[in-house]
Amino acid sequence: MNNAKVLVILEPADDGLGVANARVLGAVNCLRQHLALDCDLVICGGNALQVDAALAVADVGQVICADQLPDSQAETLAPWLATLAIPYDYLFIASNSFGKNLLPRLAALLDNQPVTDVIAIKSANRFQRPIYAGSAIANVHTEQPQILLGIRTSAFDAVVPGSSSARRLVVPGPVAQSLSRLIREETVVLERPELTAARVVVSGGRGLQNRENFALLYSLADKLGAAVGASRAAVDAGFVANDLQVGQTGKVIAPDLYIAVGISGAVQHLAGMSEARVIVAINKDPDAPIFEVADYGLVADLFEALPELIKQL
Amino acid sequence: MKILVAIKRAVDPNVRVRPLPDGSGMDIATAKMSINPFCEIAVEEAIRLKEQCTASEVVVVSVGPVVVQEQLRAALALGADRAIHINTNEALEPLSIARLLKEVVMQEGPGLILLGKQSIDGDHNQTGQMLAALCNYPQGTFASKIQLVNDEVHVTRELDSGLQTLALRLPAVITTDLRLNQPRFPTMPNIIKARQKPLVSIAPADLGVTVNLRVFTESLVVPTSRPAGVKVNSVTELLEKLRTEARVL
Ligand SMILES: Cc1cc2nc3c(=O)[nH]c(=O)nc-3n(C[C@H](O)[C@H](O)[C@H](O)COP(=O)(O)OP(=O)(O)OC[C@H]3O[C@@H](n4cnc5c(N)ncnc54)[C@H](O)[C@@H]3O)c2cc1C
Ligand SMILES: Nc1ncnc2c1ncn2[C@@H]1O[C@H](COP(=O)(O)O)[C@@H](O)[C@H]1O
Repeated sequence: MNNAKVLVILEPADDGLGVANARVLGAVNCLRQHLALDCDLVICGGNALQVDAALAVADVGQVICADQLPDSQAETLAPWLATLAIPYDYLFIASNSFGKNLLPRLAALLDNQPVTDVIAIKSANRFQRPIYAGSAIANVHTEQPQILLGIRTSAFDAVVPGSSSARRLVVPGPVAQSLSRLIREETVVLERPELTAARVVVSGGRGLQNRENFALLYSLADKLGAAVGASRAAVDAGFVANDLQVGQTGKVIAPDLYIAVGISGAVQHLAGMSEARVIVAINKDPDAPIFEVADYGLVADLFEALPELIKQL
Repeated sequence: MKILVAIKRAVDPNVRVRPLPDGSGMDIATAKMSINPFCEIAVEEAIRLKEQCTASEVVVVSVGPVVVQEQLRAALALGADRAIHINTNEALEPLSIARLLKEVVMQEGPGLILLGKQSIDGDHNQTGQMLAALCNYPQGTFASKIQLVNDEVHVTRELDSGLQTLALRLPAVITTDLRLNQPRFPTMPNIIKARQKPLVSIAPADLGVTVNLRVFTESLVVPTSRPAGVKVNSVTELLEKLRTEARVL
């Protein structure tokens, strides 16, 4: 039997392969345990650094690049990728804001029902995905001839850059679409490690009370070399930007250490962080549900505990 | 301009749910059901656009068994004008729903189609994007701000990396994020008025669509729970444990 053909759709990144992409490739390696496969990558933006990094990934056949790319919006990419996808048995993409925007649009053009937020690959066509904010794990299978997978990146290890013999293949790019245009991008300048990639994350909730008090959390984060996260309540109240939200409808992360400060532990929040290796909760309410998942709980007023922590580190 | 809003009946977000012991489904037979929170935000936005006289009519649509009419009535009580129920007892997935909604879009010809970004039961986050593809309309997903400007709609989107604003040509599909608005509560007079508002029920066959499942759920399992943790008495003890026991510092 021929090897299965896998195409990985790479999210644009400007500092190399991109963390999310590296983890999607980790998921491809999990599929490899169930069948023999050949893997190609397709670039959807990004820059020359990303192409170089993609060419360096081990066990990759071709890195497909467009000769020209008008933009990286789903309206532009989906029809182009739908054509490129024809010979492939599997398509992989990260289930993050880029992949979630693009994959369903692409899938509908292919008349395909994708499996998204995949956390485990059980066989060639059996997968696990969480539902109800992680209250249950669904075992799903599909007999579709082409399988489209959105990968929950927190559940897979990133591949390490290897030495590869991948070839670069330049193909005609997508035609410009007239449906939408970009007006503005307000990208946050990261002063700290990126949330989904960080080994340590300190997160703040409504208990922080206001934007100014988040300074305490930033000091702690800087002492630990940590990323900063937040609950929905903290984001809704404007203490921090939306891209810091952890949870069912924010980012899903699995750092080595997660420190939740002034966060009650609603199920929607737990959905984003309960896979962390070690969880610490600091909350003045001894009955806060966050303590049910915390490995170490400290019942304390955060305005006393945080300065003390910062001092002792 | 007409606005079409797709709403889903889902377990109320404040209810804690578990899989049934035999894993055949979720234990939700007696759970409180509501309009999926993201759809509620979509309904609210449509009503606000109508109140600003940007929209002329708000039509809500839901796919599912007869009980979803409760959520359609709830949306009418919030201020929608008219409801369409696509009646089916079949198991549904985003592609089937998008295919059904596409036919409604073709019949109704709305200028704007609003959906939630995600249903909080299936957590798919797919239907809006699929509908946009099937209609070949632009999409503004994860919207935290919507503004009609001439014959375009400007949509601010919540991304992993920050915010992005797009201009979409109309008709367009928009999926709503949590920070788009704060939905209102229905008033008693409006709940009563909603009973008189038109609600039609049609079958998938009336739209020429057969729904068939492509991804099958074999079983649901409870996620492995974390071993019980400990309470520490001081910051000093916490750091000591993180260093020597957990070895994460
Ligand atoms: C559809 C939907 C999606 C959602 N998605 C998400 C999501 O992705 N992420 C998310 O986080 N939430 C999400 N939520 C919201 C979630 O349900 C909770 O409302 C939210 O997580 C609460 O945030 P919080 O813990 O910061 O606030 P609260 O629940 O108000 O908790 C504040 C905590 O701070 C503690 N505290 C207060 N003062 C102090 C002090 N001085 N010292 C120590 N502790 C103190 C209190 O004891 C309390 O436990 C979602 C909700 C819905 C309906
Ligand atoms: N059964 C349904 N009927 C009407 N609209 C739906 C239905 N299921 C999903 N939707 C719409 O699609 C959005 C996203 O759902 P999903 O793709 O399932 O996460 C929801 O917020 C609704 O607006």
